Amino acid sequence: MLKKDGVPSPEELKGVKPSPERLKEGPVVIVECMQEIPCDPCYYACPRSAFRPFPDINQKPEIDYEKCNGCSICIANCPGLAIFVVDYTYSDEEGLLKIPYELKPLPEKEEAVTVLNRAGEEIGRGRVVQVLNTKKQDRTAIVSIAVPKDILMDARHIRLRRGSNEG
Amino acid sequence: MRQTDFAVIGGGPAGLAAAMEAANAGAKVLLLERDDWLGGQLVKQTHQFFGSKNEFAGMRGIDIARHFTEQIEKNENIEVFTGATALGYYEDGVLTAAYSGRVLKIKPRTLLIASGAMEKMIPFLNNDLPGVYGAGAVQTLMNVYGVVPGKRVLMVGAGNIGLIVSYQLMQAGIEVEAIIEGTSQVGGYWVHASKIRRMGVPILTNHTILQATGQEKVEGAIITEIDENWKPLPGAEREVKVDTICLAVGLSPLAELLWQAGCEMEFSPQLGGYVPIRDGNLETTEEGIYIAGDVAGIEEATSAILEGQLAGISVARKIGLSVSEDKIKKIKENLKSLRAGPVGEHIRQGLARVER
Repeated sequence: MLKKDGVPSPEELKGVKPSPERLKEGPVVIVECMQEIPCDPCYYACPRSAFRPFPDINQKPEIDYEKCNGCSICIANCPGLAIFVVDYTYSDEEGLLKIPYELKPLPEKEEAVTVLNRAGEEIGRGRVVQVLNTKKQDRTAIVSIAVPKDILMDARHIRLRRGSNEG
Repeated sequence: MRQTDFAVIGGGPAGLAAAMEAANAGAKVLLLERDDWLGGQLVKQTHQFFGSKNEFAGMRGIDIARHFTEQIEKNENIEVFTGATALGYYEDGVLTAAYSGRVLKIKPRTLLIASGAMEKMIPFLNNDLPGVYGAGAVQTLMNVYGVVPGKRVLMVGAGNIGLIVSYQLMQAGIEVEAIIEGTSQVGGYWVHASKIRRMGVPILTNHTILQATGQEKVEGAIITEIDENWKPLPGAEREVKVDTICLAVGLSPLAELLWQAGCEMEFSPQLGGYVPIRDGNLETTEEGIYIAGDVAGIEEATSAILEGQLAGISVARKIGLSVSEDKIKKIKENLKSLRAGPVGEHIRQGLARVER
């Protein structure tokens, strides 16, 4: 449970998942912001107005998933690093996960990485497909990782494997 | 003796915002900052700020500090003294400060005390061993001076500071053994907890530190699970091997100057300790003495900036300059909306008792 240990429970996650139908249609945002805190940059970040306006800045973000095309601009604009994009249509076996990443060194394209879940546990391997780090992102890189589809909804962070003997 | 319309003590977010507002309205401002640079705690905040996009949300604290410093240095109405420590404020309205080996005497028409806060300490065995730090001190070491405190850290306290500094330690390549928290819940924003959690750092609520171990320096810590009455559970003690213990157990307002100036004070657990009674424009019970930022009650930097703006513009009005009443209203509305949610509840409760 989030307030107990920082890991959202399945019940808590239910509220932030797009519908299975929407997930099948292509890239879409998952906003894991489950607490009412005073914050609204996501609303201003989205070029397609997929985030609904905040009548009260303390509200949790509400997303119009039909407007979201998974463009990922919001990822680096979230001060809580709580926004991810998933794409179940990436390939037959793999889905694509986009995460905010603020550690150095940055991973490189085609690099194999260890995939971690929300509790920091290893759940598999992934392959870095793209690393975006433009000036506009203000030092929050966006890393795209191809991961097996069955772990796409649990995968939320990566660990580099450089220098390890894991191969 | 220097004369000025408005003396500001403290060049953190509150003091800087107040100096800007008052100077832009035409007041002559004299700003005292103890450090050798402006920005206060902002200079070590490498994370993006929360809050409203209208008030710097999304910007990193370090960049907000830079933005303010540039504006202040350009402003001809503001005279800045860095490396200047305010010493006292006396019955005849004279403020003194230690500056460059001598004592400055200033007679301001109005005064803002924006002196910020200091870190709290908790008692445990061997808490005086080298290697026991305040989390703010660790943040200063790392992000201002580029020095890491150790190799493996135990963080005590899961409020925003504990969570954010843990993240910054990980960014600096330092291992965080765990974040322990005495209460049953994460006190900081859950998004901060989640981002450190998915990097593999455990957050142990209902846990406390019993003692630091080691002879000359910290070599470990004995922690334990506790019940709701803070009593250790039998057999739950264990030692973790760390070389650094980082305490993020809260802040208390640096209110000495307010006491000395004779402001009426009130103890507020919700606001972090003794804070001054104030009116809706942040004027204390001593006429012409204003407050803003953490010294008025422990909060975060966005509200410190807004409070600074409110105090600065109120001072300008007080000394007879024309100000926009709409702007005052807008600042108050923004402050209110920042504090309107569940995470602002303790602030609302605290303010209800000290605002008159």
